[in-house]
Amino acid sequence: MSARSYAYYPGCSSKGVGRAYEESLLAVFERLGVGLDELEDWNCCGATAWPSVDQDQAFALAARNLALAEERAAAPGPVDLISPCNGCYRALLKAQRALEGHGGTVEKITGALSAIGLDYTGRTRVRHPIDILVNEIGIDAIERAVVRPLSGVRVASYYGCLLVRPYATFDDRHNPTSMDRLIAAIGGEPVDWPLKTRCCGGSCYCGGPVIGVMPEATMQLSHALLREATKRGADVVATICSLCHFNLEGFQDRMTRRFGHPHDIPVAFISQLIGLALGIDERRLGLHRLLRWRLPERTPAEVEGGAHARA
Amino acid sequence: MPVQSVPATRDRGIDRPSGRPAPRSGNRSKRTRWRPVRDQSKFEAQLEPGFAEEIAAEVEGGERLHQCIQCGTCSSVCPLSAYMDLTPRRLIAMARAGARDDVLHSVSPWVCTSCYACTIECPKQIPITEIMHALRRISLREVTYPRRFITPVMTREFVDMIQDRGRSTESWISLNLYLKTKPTELLKSAPTGVRLLRKGRLGIRRESIKAREDLRAMLKAVAS
Repeated sequence: MSARSYAYYPGCSSKGVGRAYEESLLAVFERLGVGLDELEDWNCCGATAWPSVDQDQAFALAARNLALAEERAAAPGPVDLISPCNGCYRALLKAQRALEGHGGTVEKITGALSAIGLDYTGRTRVRHPIDILVNEIGIDAIERAVVRPLSGVRVASYYGCLLVRPYATFDDRHNPTSMDRLIAAIGGEPVDWPLKTRCCGGSCYCGGPVIGVMPEATMQLSHALLREATKRGADVVATICSLCHFNLEGFQDRMTRRFGHPHDIPVAFISQLIGLALGIDERRLGLHRLLRWRLPERTPAEVEGGAHARA
Repeated sequence: MPVQSVPATRDRGIDRPSGRPAPRSGNRSKRTRWRPVRDQSKFEAQLEPGFAEEIAAEVEGGERLHQCIQCGTCSSVCPLSAYMDLTPRRLIAMARAGARDDVLHSVSPWVCTSCYACTIECPKQIPITEIMHALRRISLREVTYPRRFITPVMTREFVDMIQDRGRSTESWISLNLYLKTKPTELLKSAPTGVRLLRKGRLGIRRESIKAREDLRAMLKAVAS
C-alpha cells in the first residue's frame, strides 16, 4: 500500500465525549497504512448553532478550515479533508458547496479570509472516513487485513442523519449501505433495520453532553432507535458520530426508567469494531472509555446456523 | 351590524371554549409548560404579506416557499413535529400567508434538530431546514424567540464560546447552561458527568485555538 496521507479535521467533540472515536480512527488508519495529519490550529465548524445567528459568519468559520487544508497541500489539484463527525461533515460540506459558486457571499468570505492571510481557491474536498474506507482504501483491502473476524456479532449500523442528508455524496440517502458493507468485511453480521438515518435527537443536546436540551424528545427518539435495534437482534450498535454515540449510549439508564423498557446495548464507533477485527489493542481503540461494552461469545455452531440455531 | 370576519380554522382546538389546543394524552401534557400557546387565527388586515419574501431573501432557494402544495410530507417525516407548536407544514402555510408575528414566536424552529429529513423528501424541493435556520436568525434579531426555551440560550452560549476561543468545550457549555437555565438539575446529572470524567471523556481544560485574534478579525470582516 502506498503511503497515503490525508488532512484531518477532528472537530470539537473528538476532544471531549468522542475521544474514543479519534483514538480508534487514528489506530485503524495507521494499521491500513494511511496517514491522518491533524489540521494545524483548526477551529469549530459552526455546527447548526452559528447558522442560526449568522449564515455568512458560519460559512467563514468553516471556510477557514478549508483554507488551512488547502494551504498545507503543496501540490496542485484537489485536497481531501477528512471530517469524522457527521455534524462537522455537513457544515464543512455546506461551506465547500457555497464557495463553489460566485456572487456576493463568496466574495465576502474569501475577502474575510484574505484579511487574515488565508487564500482559498476551492480545491478542498470534504470527505467522511467511511467514504475513504469504502472507496479509497477499499473493502477488499480491509477484508485482507482482518486477523480476528467478528464472527457471529450482529451489528446494527446507525448512519445518523447528516451523513447522507442533505448531500448524498457517496451513498444512498434513503438506504445507505457503506457501513453494512464494512461490517460484513470484518466478519460481522449486518442487521437490516429501517432506522439507519432517523434522527437520534443528538442535536437536542448539542454542546451539552450532560444536559439534554430537550430530554424528553431526545429520549423518545433514542428509545425508538435502540428498541428497534434490540428487537432485530443486534448485539451492538455501530455509530460514526460523537454526538449520536453519546446520545445513544449515555441515556440508556434514564430511558429504562422513563419507558419501562430495559435498555442495555453497547454502542460503539465503527472504527472501534474495525480496529478489533484488525487485531488492534483494545486500549488503543478506546474501548475502556465506553460506558458499557461487551461482545457476545458464540459457539461456531451458532455462528454457522445463524438465527435458527440461536432461537 | 357589520358581519364579523371568521377566524381561519385551526387543526385542533377549534371547538374548545378556550381556543387552545386540546391537551394531548399521556405524558405529553407535561411538556405544555414551555409552549407559547397563542391564538393562531389572524384577520386579514393583521397579516404581513411580505414575510415570505423576507424569508426568501435569507435562504438560497427560499422563494420556492411559494410552491408549497401543503402535502404535509415535511410534518410526517419530521421526527420532532410532535414537540412543535406549529408543524413544519403549518409553519410554511402561515409564513406564506404572512402571519409573521406568530411564526416568529413559535418554538418550532428551536425544536428542529436540523436532520434534513423534510428537505430531502419535499416534492417541491423547498429548503425547509434552511428556512428554520432563517427563522431562528430573524427571531433572534427581533428578540421574539421563546424566552423560557433552552435552545436560544444554548445557541448564544455556543456562539459566544466559539467567538472567544475558536473551539467548543462540552463540559463548560453544559455547566453554563445548567447554571443559567436549571441549576437544580445540576445535581441530577452529576452522576453522568462523573462517569464521563472518569472515562476521560469530559475535558476540564477549555479548548482554544492559537489564532484567536485572526478568527475575531475574520468574523468581524464578514459582519461588516
